[in-house]
Order: sequence, then C-alpha cells, then structure tokens
Amino acid sequence: MRFFPYIVAAWLMLVGLYGIATSRNLVHAITCLSVAQSSTYILLLSVGFERGGTAPIFLDVPVGTKAVDPVVGALTLTDVVVGATVSALLLALAVQAYKHHGSLDPEHFRRHQD
Amino acid sequence: MIVLEVTVFLLVASAGTAVVLTRDPLNQAIVASFYGLILGIMFFIYQAPDVALSQITVGAVALPLMILLALAKVRALAGSRRQDNDR
Amino acid sequence: MTPALRRRMFLVAAAVAGLLLLWGLTGLPDYGVYNGPYGDVLNEVAVAERKATNVVGAVTFDYRGVDTMGEEYILFAAVLGVAILLRAQRDETENPPDEDAADRNAPQTSNAVRVIGLALVGPVVLFGLYLVLHGHLTPGGGFQGGVVLATAALLVYLSGEYVTLRRVSPELVTDLAESVGAASYVAVGLLGVAAGTAFLDNVLPLGQPGELLSAGIIPPINAAIGLEVAGGFVLLLSEFLEQTLVIRRPGEVT
Repeated sequence: MRFFPYIVAAWLMLVGLYGIATSRNLVHAITCLSVAQSSTYILLLSVGFERGGTAPIFLDVPVGTKAVDPVVGALTLTDVVVGATVSALLLALAVQAYKHHGSLDPEHFRRHQD
Repeated sequence: MIVLEVTVFLLVASAGTAVVLTRDPLNQAIVASFYGLILGIMFFIYQAPDVALSQITVGAVALPLMILLALAKVRALAGSRRQDNDR
Repeated sequence: MTPALRRRMFLVAAAVAGLLLLWGLTGLPDYGVYNGPYGDVLNEVAVAERKATNVVGAVTFDYRGVDTMGEEYILFAAVLGVAILLRAQRDETENPPDEDAADRNAPQTSNAVRVIGLALVGPVVLFGLYLVLHGHLTPGGGFQGGVVLATAALLVYLSGEYVTLRRVSPELVTDLAESVGAASYVAVGLLGVAAGTAFLDNVLPLGQPGELLSAGIIPPINAAIGLEVAGGFVLLLSEFLEQTLVIRRPGEVT
C-alpha cells in the first residue's frame, strides 16, 4: 500500500504510450494521449496526500485541522482543463489531415512520404 | 477506507486499460467518458474537490463531445469521397 | 518497420522504462505520509494572510498567479489554433446548416431531450456563475465555472438547433468574451504595478474571510478566467459544429 498509487500511475503512463505507439487511427491515438496525461495527475495528487487529512477549505472547519497539500491541487486543476483544450487542437489537426490525405491511418502518412 | 482506496485504484487502472484497448474511436469516446467519471471519483477520495469538479466537467462531458464532433466531420468527408469515386 | 515489429520493440522498451520508473518511484515518500513543509505552512497562513478560505484557489490565483496566467494563455493559444485550422478553406463553401435535409440519416431529437435540456439551461447557468464567483470561498473557481457555463451553451444546442446556438452566442460575442477575459487577467495584474508594488500583487482591499467581497484580487481574476474559459469552450464547440453542419466541400453529404 505504500507505493500502490505510484505503480498505478506508471502503469497508466505505459499503457497510454502503448496505445499511441501501436495505434491505427489518429483519433484513437489522441484519446490514448489523454490517458497518459491523466497518469501525471494521479502521481501529483498521491505525493500531496496526507492520510486523515481533510480538503484544504477552511470555511467551516477551523484553521489548523490537518489538511492535504493545496499546491498539488492547484497544479492539477489548471492542468486538466488545459489538457482538454490541447486535445481539441490535436483533433482539429486530425480532421484537416483527413481532408488532405483521405485517411486517418498513421501508416498511410508514412507511405505517402516515400 | 483502505479497501475503498484500493478498489478505486484498481478501477482506474482497468478503466484506463479499457480506453486504450478499445480500437474503434466511436466506442472509445464513451469509454473515455466513463474513465473521466471514475477519475473524478478518485480525485474526490483524494480530498481534492476542486480537481474533481474540473475532471468531471471536462473529462466526462467536453472531451468526448469534441471526439464525437471530429468523428462526425470525418464521416461526412468519407461520404463525399465515396460519392466522388462512384461518379 | 511493420506494425508487429514496432509492437515488439515497444514492449521491450516499455519493460526497461517501467523498471526504471518503478525504481525511481520507490524513492518517493510513502503514500499517505506528507512531511513537506510547503503545504503545511500554506494551510496555516493562507486564510489569515489573504482572507480566502479556499486555500487551493488562493494558491492558484494569488501565490502562484503567474503560473495560472501562463496556463490561461496556453488555453487561449489552443483555441486560436483550432479557430485557424477549422476556417473555411478555398474550395469549401458555407451553406445554411442542413439539419433538416431530407437525405440526412440522423434520428430526430426526442421531445424528452428538448424539454429537459431547456429546463436545465437556467439552473446550469446559475450554478456556473455561483462556481465562478465563490471561487475564493468554496471549491470552484474560474476554470470549473467557465466549463459549466459552456455546458449551458451545449444544452442550448441539444434542445434546439445550430441556428439557436448561433443566435444565443453569436461569433462576435464569443470572440469578444474570450479576448476580454484573457486581457483582464493582465489588466488586474497591472493594478499592482500601478500601485507601486509587484505585478499581480494583491492590492485590492482584503475584507473578512468568508464574505463574498474578500481576498482582494481573487474574485476579479476568477471572473476574468471564467469569462475566458467559457468563451473558449463555446468557440471550440461552434467551430467543430460549423465544420460538420455548415462548411461543405462540393458534393459532401452528412
């Protein structure tokens, strides 16, 4: 239990990379990229977790109760929204690539260059 | 509490694997939406409600929506190519 | 390189990388034990210093405000990229949206979806505004509230048509909202420079923790980011929908 979340994060990153490396469809590869990104969120939040701590919101609990680390939460929450927007940019690129080449298969692009 | 955490971690790992192993992009969008929801629950168990809010709104709604819209456009273009080839 | 060979090479490389990762990750402190000083210090002083009860929000928008400005501009640049990529190209025309075309083989929107979507638009907008404005008190903030507000536009599209969405959020208004949101962040930061201290310093009156008008510059920054994220996501949605429903190559059908 001491390292279990880190193992889950490493597994998700490697699984996401496997999906990108062996993908036959650009849109499938973009979704696997978002899975690989989510592994970093898990790693960040596991580092800052304190067992028995509450959320770092002090509206109805007095200041001084044990709470989890707020900094990793701040890093992750902007990361989630921005990651989705970058995925949208990649999807627009995939649509334009399909318009010009007629295929979403990465193998097709490689052969097109030869 | 430990049992809950271990269960959620195992769910996250298997849902992530399922997203990658689903090869058809249309099915993958739905599985990705489910994965976003499971991640949101995990962030909630991590006592980080802000991050859980972000993840649920973005990962379960906005991202699968954009995947589906891109696929709709590709399907429309595929229809026009088939028409051009038939002519 | 054949796909089978690539798969085998990747598995070998992933095994090595996985071992290295695990060896490195076991050097981290145990899961559930947090002994770093930064988080504990922030939890103790943030409420008294900035009068904001949401410490994560105070860290995002006050203590590490320049970071968040950079992230906001990543979002702005990505939305700009999508708008440039999905513009009408030279050989495409912009026709009126053919959602009711006879040869379109999509099912009609059911009445249940229309009614529920229409009924939910008001509460969703209200909830989004609540999230944006209370970002310094309870979990929430500009990013989450902005995405919820964009979801309200999506509900308008689902319960109506593309024309309804365009009427509710015309292109000029969405562009203006996004740009004004992105520029207001820097404008609020320049208030600090105008007051004689650093950029993005907290110079507005701080008030009492727990009140709506407290925590200095955090509510205006939340509002700016909420505006920008909402405008950005509605722009993304309309660009993709416009590609599918409006822009046509010669001979394209849906």
